[in-house]
Amino acid sequence: MSSSITAVPAEAVRSARWRRATEEPVWLKRSLIGLALAFLGLFLVLPLLVVLYSAFSQGLHAWAMAVTEPDALAAIRLTLLVVAIAVPANLVFGVATAWAVAKFEFRGKSVLISIIDMPFAISPVVVGLIFVVMFGSQGWLGPWLSAHDLKVLYAVPGIVIVVVFGTLPFIARELIPLMQQQGKEEEEASLTLGASGWKTFWYVTLPNIKWGLIYGVILCNARAMGEFGAVAVVSGRIRGETNTLPLHIEVLYNEYQFTAAFAVSSLLTGLALITIVIKSLVEWHDERRARRAAH
Amino acid sequence: MSIEIDHVNKRFGDFTAIDNVSLTFNDGELTALLGPSGSGKTTLLRVIAGLEQPDNGRIRFHGEDATDLHVSKRSVGFVFQHYALFKHMSVFENVAYGLRVKPRGQRPDKAVIRDKVMTLLSLVQLDWTAHRYPHQLSGGQRQRIALARALAVEPKVLLLDEPFGALDAKVRAELRRWLRRLHDDIHVTSVFVTHDQEEALEVSDRVVVMNQGRVEQDGAPERIYDYPANPFVYRFLGNVNLFHARIHNGVARIGDVALEAPEFAGYRDAPGEAYVRPHDIEVFADRHHSGALHARIELVSRVGPTVRLELRTDESAHVVHAELSRHRFQELGLVQGGEAWIRPAHSRVFLPDTELAAG
Repeated sequence: MSSSITAVPAEAVRSARWRRATEEPVWLKRSLIGLALAFLGLFLVLPLLVVLYSAFSQGLHAWAMAVTEPDALAAIRLTLLVVAIAVPANLVFGVATAWAVAKFEFRGKSVLISIIDMPFAISPVVVGLIFVVMFGSQGWLGPWLSAHDLKVLYAVPGIVIVVVFGTLPFIARELIPLMQQQGKEEEEASLTLGASGWKTFWYVTLPNIKWGLIYGVILCNARAMGEFGAVAVVSGRIRGETNTLPLHIEVLYNEYQFTAAFAVSSLLTGLALITIVIKSLVEWHDERRARRAAH
Repeated sequence: MSIEIDHVNKRFGDFTAIDNVSLTFNDGELTALLGPSGSGKTTLLRVIAGLEQPDNGRIRFHGEDATDLHVSKRSVGFVFQHYALFKHMSVFENVAYGLRVKPRGQRPDKAVIRDKVMTLLSLVQLDWTAHRYPHQLSGGQRQRIALARALAVEPKVLLLDEPFGALDAKVRAELRRWLRRLHDDIHVTSVFVTHDQEEALEVSDRVVVMNQGRVEQDGAPERIYDYPANPFVYRFLGNVNLFHARIHNGVARIGDVALEAPEFAGYRDAPGEAYVRPHDIEVFADRHHSGALHARIELVSRVGPTVRLELRTDESAHVVHAELSRHRFQELGLVQGGEAWIRPAHSRVFLPDTELAAG
């Protein structure tokens, strides 16, 4: 038969039917998209606008006053300090854990993987209480700490510890699947070529996990800045001393200083927005790389 | 440099990967480690490289104990099945890597590294790829780059783990001939792992057949092929027909056919198994040859210059495979469904092995 002649319409019919069979009606598509956008607008964009509106509602001067007030500055400094310690600490922990899980076989590996997730599962308030029990004056380590004149609770070390705990999974979680997927052949190749373990890590492993690592650091950083519950329990909320930005905002709010509260909130929101922009850039770059590698 | 493996054992949990293996690889030789998957050949190669630690036994390089020497200090070149090129480095950087990571005192200067890398890239005929990245190259090209990278550090030993396993048949055949020529030029002691008997027989000076962590046979390729030490090696190195025979006073009988088996001179009416390769089966069109088995031709398939026959003898329940040249086939005037007489021209007789019979 003249298959070459009948083939064209048959193909066209099939593709038309295929389109109809797998695509949804237009009204459904539009209402689903509309619903998603309305939800996002109501619960994400609107609150953001409210924060910014309230922050600047009494003018730029009032905003600047609220942000540069000594207690606010102290909160900003403390938050940055905590982030500066917690993020590198988790960077080291995350890389080491992911390395161990991905490159070695050992007993208790699955237990380790489940434990890493624990900080996500436990309520931050409970995390705070755990550390109060451990480091408080009535706690297990309390007497020893006070005997050596070390202050953990109601001071910077306590805040750092709970923030590190709360953000523990971010980097490790990001790196484990990545490193497992990459295997260890490149590292082995590097070792046979005479490179030391350190050089292998630096020149082969690190470049391969770079983007995953940056992504994990960004998430970790965002969470470390915003951590509230656990910090509220262990910090003792001493104004100008142990209040981080989220705690400072709450104090202002409770004192009916709404404009100031929102002004400081806008700072924290701004930092979050910057984080999201960097995260999108990293994702975009990563995707482009993946697409290039696929060719 | 010679490699000496001295009573090496390696277990992974309950699995015995290497079972008390002792071997010596001579200086400048190209040896194939041949075996099915799980035979321990790759593990043995990794133990030589230092990528696995043996449970006991020693590894010596040129008489010197290297068992506890770190991988990076062994100066072995290792080529992986999946190339293991550094994805984020250009071809040039990949090949230069081994030279660039040397401690400051031993590191050649930039111009020397550059010359050396370019020389190696032209050796593997890929100097035009220097500024490309691994993902822009084909599998065969990547493997040649991996080889150039391994050679850059002037290894005393070259170890290749199924180097052509991930490539398609044509590229594979080309590359293995190329590897043979390369080895003839540079003469570095080389060991390569393969499960492909054709590859092992074609490329190497010597073949070591492994199975279940043990060495089954060790020798020159022709010798391994012509005189397999046991039924396993017979089966593993190409197709083989098995005939049930009776051994009596150094002669094995399959129906009317008598085969010399002098090693069984003392046996009286014992069961035996005769192994015959398809091309060692002589086929005749008529019966005037004494001592041939009568058979019916069930299938004729022409594969290029050879013709493969499937025959069924009167005694045997299973099919006998025979191979002859197309020319000989036409000369005999055989047809599918017709009669033929067959006789093993070359065979080896073994006593039935219960373990193998089960498998």
